Amino acid sequence: MRRISVLLPAVALALVATGCSTIGSGDDQGGTDAKGQPTRVVLVTHESFVLPEDLQKKFEEESGYQLVVRASGDAGALTNKLVLTKGDPLGDVAFGVDNTFASRALDEGVFAPYDATLPAGADQYVLPGDGGDGKARALTPIDNASVCVNVDDTWFAAHHQDPPATLDDLADPAYQNLFVTPGAATSSPGMAFLLATIAKYGDGWPDYWTKLMDNGTKLTEGWSDAYQVDFTQGGGKGDRPIVLSYDSSPAFTIAKDGTSTTSALLDTCFRQVEYAGVLAGAQNTQGAEELVDFLLSPEVQAALPESMYVFPVDSSVQLPKEWAQFAKQPTAPLEVAPADIAANRDDWLREWSDVTSR
Amino acid sequence: MRRTLTLVGLAAVPLAVLGVFFVLPVAGMISEGFYDDGRLDVGAVLDVLTRPRTVRVVWFTVWSALAGTALSLLLGIPAAHLLHRRRFPGRAALRAVLLVPFVLPTVVVGVAFRELIGEAGPLGFLGFDGSAGAIIAGLAFFNVAVVIRAVGAAWESLDPRPAEAAAALGAGPAYVFRTVTLPALRPAIVSAASVVFLFCATAFGIVLTLGGLRYSSVETEIYLLTTNLLDLQAAAALSIVQLLAIVVLLAITSRLRAVPDPTVARSTARPPRIGRRDWPSIGATLLVAVLVGLPLAALVVGSLQVGDGWGLGNYRALTTEGSRQALLVPATSALVMSLRTAVDATWMSLSLGVLVAVVVSRRSHSRAERRARGLLDGLFMLPLGVSAVTLGFGFLITLDQPPLDLRENPLLVPIAQALVALPLVVRTLAPALGGIDDRQRQAAASLGAGPLRTFATVDLPVLWKPLLAAAGFAFAVSLGEFGATSFLAREENPTLPIVIFHLIGHPGAMNYGMALAASVVLAVTTAVVMLAVERLRVPSLGAL
Repeated sequence: MRRISVLLPAVALALVATGCSTIGSGDDQGGTDAKGQPTRVVLVTHESFVLPEDLQKKFEEESGYQLVVRASGDAGALTNKLVLTKGDPLGDVAFGVDNTFASRALDEGVFAPYDATLPAGADQYVLPGDGGDGKARALTPIDNASVCVNVDDTWFAAHHQDPPATLDDLADPAYQNLFVTPGAATSSPGMAFLLATIAKYGDGWPDYWTKLMDNGTKLTEGWSDAYQVDFTQGGGKGDRPIVLSYDSSPAFTIAKDGTSTTSALLDTCFRQVEYAGVLAGAQNTQGAEELVDFLLSPEVQAALPESMYVFPVDSSVQLPKEWAQFAKQPTAPLEVAPADIAANRDDWLREWSDVTSR
Repeated sequence: MRRTLTLVGLAAVPLAVLGVFFVLPVAGMISEGFYDDGRLDVGAVLDVLTRPRTVRVVWFTVWSALAGTALSLLLGIPAAHLLHRRRFPGRAALRAVLLVPFVLPTVVVGVAFRELIGEAGPLGFLGFDGSAGAIIAGLAFFNVAVVIRAVGAAWESLDPRPAEAAAALGAGPAYVFRTVTLPALRPAIVSAASVVFLFCATAFGIVLTLGGLRYSSVETEIYLLTTNLLDLQAAAALSIVQLLAIVVLLAITSRLRAVPDPTVARSTARPPRIGRRDWPSIGATLLVAVLVGLPLAALVVGSLQVGDGWGLGNYRALTTEGSRQALLVPATSALVMSLRTAVDATWMSLSLGVLVAVVVSRRSHSRAERRARGLLDGLFMLPLGVSAVTLGFGFLITLDQPPLDLRENPLLVPIAQALVALPLVVRTLAPALGGIDDRQRQAAASLGAGPLRTFATVDLPVLWKPLLAAAGFAFAVSLGEFGATSFLAREENPTLPIVIFHLIGHPGAMNYGMALAASVVLAVTTAVVMLAVERLRVPSLGAL
C-alpha cells in the first residue's frame, strides 16, 4: 500500500516537471508594463487565420508590441462572439468578419472608427454603407475570395460533354446528379452560394432551388465534405464533377502536364471580403491601428494566397505563379447588399431549409 | 451530523469547480436569451418550443439517440464479455484499438465513413449515405467503446462462482445470463447506457455529416441558432429542453440502476480461454471490429496514397511546416500540445471524479441523505448533456470579471474537457465503489483504521482497475475533444484535432493526405497510450 501513496504524487510531479502538462506555460503578463503602457496587441480572429512566423516577428520588431493571436471558430462564430462581448472586448483588433456578417457587427457598434490608408485597388472592397459623408470607416478590407461553382474539365472531356457555364445550367437535366454543394445553414461558402442565387433570381430563388434539388443536387455539411469526398478531383475521388468551391481552387488541381484539371465558372460567383477593425473599448488602440496597417502592407498582402488561400486587396501585389495562371477572378460577381443580408438572413435560411428538405 | 459534514466536505471542491465552470456560464447564456433589451421575456422563449420545427428536432434527437444507444448496447455487451472475461492472443491490442474512435475528430470520421458509404465508395450500393441509418451506425461507432469499457470493467471483477453453480444445477447459458449475470451487471449497464444516450443526444458533426443535412438534432439547432443567427431566445429555449431531458433521463436511470443489494462478491480468477460456446460474443465482437475497423482502414489507405501511387510522403510532410505553410505548426508539436492538454484534463477529471464517486456511492442512512446524494450524482452528469456552444459562449460572457477573469487562462481548455470527461469517470468508478460491502469498511474502522486508511485498504484496491479505465476515457476524451476546444480562444499552439480540421478544410491533394495521416497518428497515439495504461499494474494491489 505504501508503494502507491508514494507513486501517485511522484508521477504527478514528474508529469509537471517534464512539461507533460500545460501548467506554467501560459503567459502571465497582464499586457502592460510598469508604467501601465500596453506591451501587447491581442488579435481576435477565426481559425483559418495564418500569419507566417517571420511576418509576425517583423510586426513585433517594428511596433515594439508583442502580438497575441486568439483564433477560434468560423466567421459567424467570431462575429457573434464580438457582439456578445462588446462591453468587454476579447482583444484590441479583430480580423475575419466578412461582408455577409459585417452589417450586424457595425449595427451593434463592435468596431471603433479607423481610416486606414488603403493600397491601390482596395477601394472597391470597402463595405457599402461604411464611412463616407465625412465619417471615418470602421472596417478595413484585407482580402477577398469568391465562391464559385467549379467543374472537373477532364471528366467532361472524357464524357464528351460541354461543362455547364451558368446557374441555369445546373438545373438542366443534362447535368442531373452531377452537382454537390455544402448547405447554406451549416457552411459559409454554402451561404455565399445561396446569396449568389438570391442576387440572380431575386424573389424567385426558392423556385430555382426547387429545380436544383429536383435535378439531383447533393447537399453536404461543409466544404470539405463536398470537395474532398464527393468531387471527382477532390482527395477522396468522388463521382460528382461539379462542386461549389472558390475561384482560387483551380490553382490547386494542377496535373503533371502543368495545366489545371478544373476551372471556376465565373458567372456563378459571390465575392466574400474579409475585414479587419479596431475593437471599441480596446486596451491598446494604438497597437490595434498599427496591426491593421501592417495587414495592408505589401509583405502580408503577398503572403495571403499561400497562407490563407485568398486574394490580396492590393492590386499591385504579385500573385504566386499557379495563381496568376489558373486562379481567375470574376469581374462582375453577383452581389447582395450587406444590410439586406443582415435583415433577411433568418428568413432566407429558414425558407432554404424548407425548400431543400422537402 | 459528522456524516453530513464529511459529505459536504468531500463534495465542496467538485461543486465549486462545477459552479464556476459550468453552472455560471450556462446560466449566463440562458439568461441572455430570456432578457430582451433588459426586459424579462419568458413568453418569447416559450413560443419557440411550440414551433413545429422545434418539435420535429426534439423528436429526431430522442429517437436517434435511443437507437444509437440500443445498438451500442447490443454490440457492446457481448463484446465486453469476450474482451474482459475470456483470454485470447491480441486481446489487449483489440481493447486498445476499439477505443480509438473515441478520439477521432468527427470531421475526419465523417469523411472516412462517407468514403465507404458515399455514392462512389465500396459500400455505396447500399444507398446508406444521408440516411438515418448512417447516423445511427456513426453513433454506435463512437460509443460502443463506452459500453465495452464500463461493462467490461464490472464484468471482469464479477465472481464467476454463482453462475457456475447455476450452470451445475442445470441452467442453460441464456438462463444463467438472464438470472445471475445480468442482474449483477445492471448498475454498470444502466450507467453506460445513460452516458451513451447523452453522447448520442448531443452528437453534432455526425448528424450533419452523415445525415446529408436532412436531419437536425437539438444540438445542431443550438449551434446554428447561436453561431449563425445569434437567435439567443431560441437557443435558450432549446438549452432548457436539453436540461429538462437530462433530468428526466437521470430520474429514470437512477431507478433502473438501483438494485436491492449492490454488494458484489469479487474474485480475480484467471479468465478461461476462448471456446466454442462463446460464439455469440465472438460474433458480436466481429461485428464491432468491422464497424470500427472499416472506417479506420479507409483512413489508413487514404493516408498512404500519394498522387497515383503509394508511399509515406503524407507522414513525412507532417514533421515540417509544409512548403505552402499549410500547417500552422509541425503536426509533431501539435501532437505534443494535445498530449500535454490531455494529461491536465485527465488528472483534473480523475481527482474530481474520485471525490464525487465516493460521495455518491456510499450507503445512505436516511431518505434525505439518499436524495442529496442522488441530486449530486445527477448534477455532475449535466455537462455531458449541454451544448458545447452554450458552454463556450457562456465562458466568454461570464468569466470576464475579477475574481473570475479567466477567459485568457490557458487552463480553461483542459478544465472544459475535464468537465466533459467527469461523468464518464464517475460512472465508471461509482458502480465499483457501490459494490463494496460496507461491513468491510466497518471492520477496518473497528480495527482502528482512520477514514483515509480505510479508503486506502478497502476502497482503493477495488477502485484500481476502474480507475485505470476511467483514466483511459478521460485521456481519450481530451485528445479528441473538438467542440468546446474550438470555441475557446486557443493559444498559439494548436492541438492535433485543430491542425487536422485546418488541413482538411483546404483544397490540394497533399492537404487531404496529410489530414488523414495526422488522424492516423492521433489514432495510433491513442491506442499506444491505452495499451500502456492497461499494462500499468501495481503488484501489491493487483493481487487482491
